[in-house]
Amino acid sequence: MSQTNTAQDLITYTARLGDDSVIFGHRLSEWVSHGPFLEEDIALGNVALDFLGHARMYYNYAADLTNKESDSSVLKTEDDFAFLRDEREFQNHLIHELPRGNFAETVVRQLLVDNYNKYHFEALKASKDETLAAVAAKAVKEVKYHCRRSREWTLRLGDGTTESKQKIQTALDGMWGYTYELFEQDDVEQRLIEAGIAVNSSQFKDKWLADVKAIVEQATLTLPTTEWAVRGGRKGYHTENLGHLLTEMQFVYRSFPDAKW
Amino acid sequence: MKIIPTVLHGQYEREKFRRNSSCPELWLKLDEVKDPEIPVLSLWDMGILKDIQKERNKVTVTITPTYSGCPAMDIITEDIQSIFSADGDANGIDECSVKIELSPAWTTDWMTDKGRNQLRSYGIAPPNDVVNGETQELSSDTQVLCPHCSSENTHMVSEFGSTACKALFQCNDCSEPFDLFKHI
Repeated sequence: MSQTNTAQDLITYTARLGDDSVIFGHRLSEWVSHGPFLEEDIALGNVALDFLGHARMYYNYAADLTNKESDSSVLKTEDDFAFLRDEREFQNHLIHELPRGNFAETVVRQLLVDNYNKYHFEALKASKDETLAAVAAKAVKEVKYHCRRSREWTLRLGDGTTESKQKIQTALDGMWGYTYELFEQDDVEQRLIEAGIAVNSSQFKDKWLADVKAIVEQATLTLPTTEWAVRGGRKGYHTENLGHLLTEMQFVYRSFPDAKW
Repeated sequence: MKIIPTVLHGQYEREKFRRNSSCPELWLKLDEVKDPEIPVLSLWDMGILKDIQKERNKVTVTITPTYSGCPAMDIITEDIQSIFSADGDANGIDECSVKIELSPAWTTDWMTDKGRNQLRSYGIAPPNDVVNGETQELSSDTQVLCPHCSSENTHMVSEFGSTACKALFQCNDCSEPFDLFKHI
């Protein structure tokens, strides 16, 4: 395995982690000024900000790595990664790009992703890459707050009224198929796992499932058993949603590329 | 019985590090740079300022971000640079570069006692003012000392406040709302 191969793999992996964060953060930010009540509006924005912060750290690192590898005098920045790439170049997991949805759908997505992130960051803290480990060391502390929040909302909605229970069960059933790819690795990640850099999420799938099952059952909901699964994010094959999201997210930057304020 | 005040280990290490610096006048200078969100707190008191290294006429300041999404880091970087360019070469400094260090991860344990007191007088409860249970485990039962009237009879309104680092509380005695700076 050549040096350039690992370097390129690392850029790909770091950019992916940035993609997961920026897309998810963007979706959450769509709640700002539309929250069910003021404190929740602020909380949603607050959580979105944590994800955008992760995205910036990952993209800045990916930009630095790219500049080290390239001979070009034009230096890449975090903005190139966030705003100047097209759908096929984004490699986020599909669950992040699903529409904002109603509040129950937002809570379900948060529940599934927060519990995933809890294990993911804990594992990434042990990465041989110092920067990724440093990002994870910060994020793992913040994810505790997120997990508590998504658990409490799941309990409140599941063990709530007939309407809230029906809405959150429907949301859970609809989103389950998008969780499979979170625990699968492609060849880029396999190589980096062997190098001690990337996280092997298949190793914590059972723990994740147990945690989610416990919360879902305490909320008097039923864990879906469907085996129907949607995949493709890491290959750059996306749902229709991503195109619309990127158009909105990237429009201003692409229209005024040298804007400063 | 004499009570000997203690400081958290992280704070102790930081203060020892600062005391051993070869450029103490620059640390004093940077005490003038305040957190943009909480203008009574200096970067030092927040635990954001990590290191100052001076080499001839160039200074390198190392800072660390608080929360991952903290939007203040860009402003803080600019503030540090402008405090040196504002005086011309009064300190003999022509050039200032700011380094951002991610690791070790920032923790509220690095806040100085002075910083905590200042937060309180500003109307924000510092992390250690949680009166029941673990400072790190906020729940709907958590009670925090009201920074306005010192009552323990308070309730949490929202775990996520106006900025990433804060939670919103209200005092049941004086009815005033206030923020808690969350432990992390």
